[in-house]
Amino acid sequence: MDLISRTIPLLGQAVVITLLLGITSFLIGSVLGVGIALGRLSTHRVPRYLAVAYVSVVRGTPLLIQVLLIYFGLPQLGIVIPPIPAAIAALSVNGAAYLSENFRAGVLSVDRGQREAAHSLSMTYAQSLRRIILPQAARIALPPVGSRFIAIMKDTSLASVITVFELTRLANMVGSATFRYIQMFVVVAFVYWVINTVLSAGQEILERRLARPY
Amino acid sequence: MSVAPAVEVTGLRKRFGPLEVLKNVDLTVARGEVVVVMGASGSGKTTLLRCVNLLEAPDAGRITVCGCTVACGREAVHGRARTKLVRTVCLHAAMVFQQFNLFPHRTALQNVIEAPITVKHMAKADATALGERLLARVGLADKRDEYPSRLSGGQKQRVAIARALAMEPDVILFDEPTSALDPELHEEVLQTMRDLAHGGMTMIVVTHEVQFARDVADRVVFMDDGEIVESAPPAEFFARPRHPRARSFLRLVRRDDVVPANVPADEDGTEAEL
Repeated sequence: MDLISRTIPLLGQAVVITLLLGITSFLIGSVLGVGIALGRLSTHRVPRYLAVAYVSVVRGTPLLIQVLLIYFGLPQLGIVIPPIPAAIAALSVNGAAYLSENFRAGVLSVDRGQREAAHSLSMTYAQSLRRIILPQAARIALPPVGSRFIAIMKDTSLASVITVFELTRLANMVGSATFRYIQMFVVVAFVYWVINTVLSAGQEILERRLARPY
Repeated sequence: MSVAPAVEVTGLRKRFGPLEVLKNVDLTVARGEVVVVMGASGSGKTTLLRCVNLLEAPDAGRITVCGCTVACGREAVHGRARTKLVRTVCLHAAMVFQQFNLFPHRTALQNVIEAPITVKHMAKADATALGERLLARVGLADKRDEYPSRLSGGQKQRVAIARALAMEPDVILFDEPTSALDPELHEEVLQTMRDLAHGGMTMIVVTHEVQFARDVADRVVFMDDGEIVESAPPAEFFARPRHPRARSFLRLVRRDDVVPANVPADEDGTEAEL
């Protein structure tokens, strides 16, 4: 009983940090991801190769290594980043690689005729992208993007290794101080599950709304 | 001195890998002329049409639409200058597709007014008035707020025609506009096209609709193996096709064509059933 009453305020703080890490990284990763997807789809060689290389390197290496490189590696080059921004940077960079593939698949699955119709109506590439292609691509990309949001939320637990006081670190700290590891990790796992269940529900509502017109 | 032609295509060549789809095609279409392009599938007629508004990039030749010339191959310009030229060509030459290609996330009216608003920067109220007028013209005034998924194929194609008209093009290119439709829906689309032709619209129509060609076309162009092998007024083309491939092609498409009542018998007797 004592354990719970002492932990609850800390738990609230840790949840806020976890949410902050997850949501911010998802948003930044999405913006980066759209850019990378457009690079990957470009007719020019340079952006295409850069995008392919980015996705290959980031997806082909462990997220933990990326977190450690940014937090412990960059200071060696004179760039010191505090723990929370470092964690957000790593999660964004990592998430962007996966998200770009989701966006790219969405754009590719829009019928070629849509682009041709836009071309025939003299729309510019940017106009056809913004008005015709991306709205349809977003609908197709929504389920995998939602899954990625949830994955990023869980990946925030890796921020614990660079001293960010989020859920996993909280569990670890309180657990080691009190030897109540099972209780702490079960509680924290439950909190992750609640967060992600809410995210799933939100995704479902969004999907239903987007499915309405056509 | 006659007025400049609406469309002038010279020396057009296009290959897809090893396949030479267009071999040095020349085609001139006068203002107000309705040209029907016929030919077996694979003869290059759709590719020719798609080259006119640069949906395909030709390997060689030049395309002039209403005085705007795009050179292809060695003398081609590239980059921004070319993009601008291509967009100008598309402003003059609208396209109606076999698969309609309506925007599924936009209503009928939104489909029609999309380009006038984004490309021509027309005020929304003016565009809406124009869109409503055009939908009424193709007989779909009551469908303005329907999404394409709620429309029949024939209705979709008529919305697509209204969408093309909204840009006030000088030429409309029709790529097999009835081929994706059930037979009973052909007529509503063909009637809309007939009305356009009678209104003086310049049209290039790739189609197998013999009756339409006979009634509406000023000229039938027959393609075979990437070349235009015959070009004649419809009365002459259907009565006395000169090229052997045109003759065998006509025998094939006529088999399931409605037999018209008042067709003069042909002297060599082979097309007597028409």
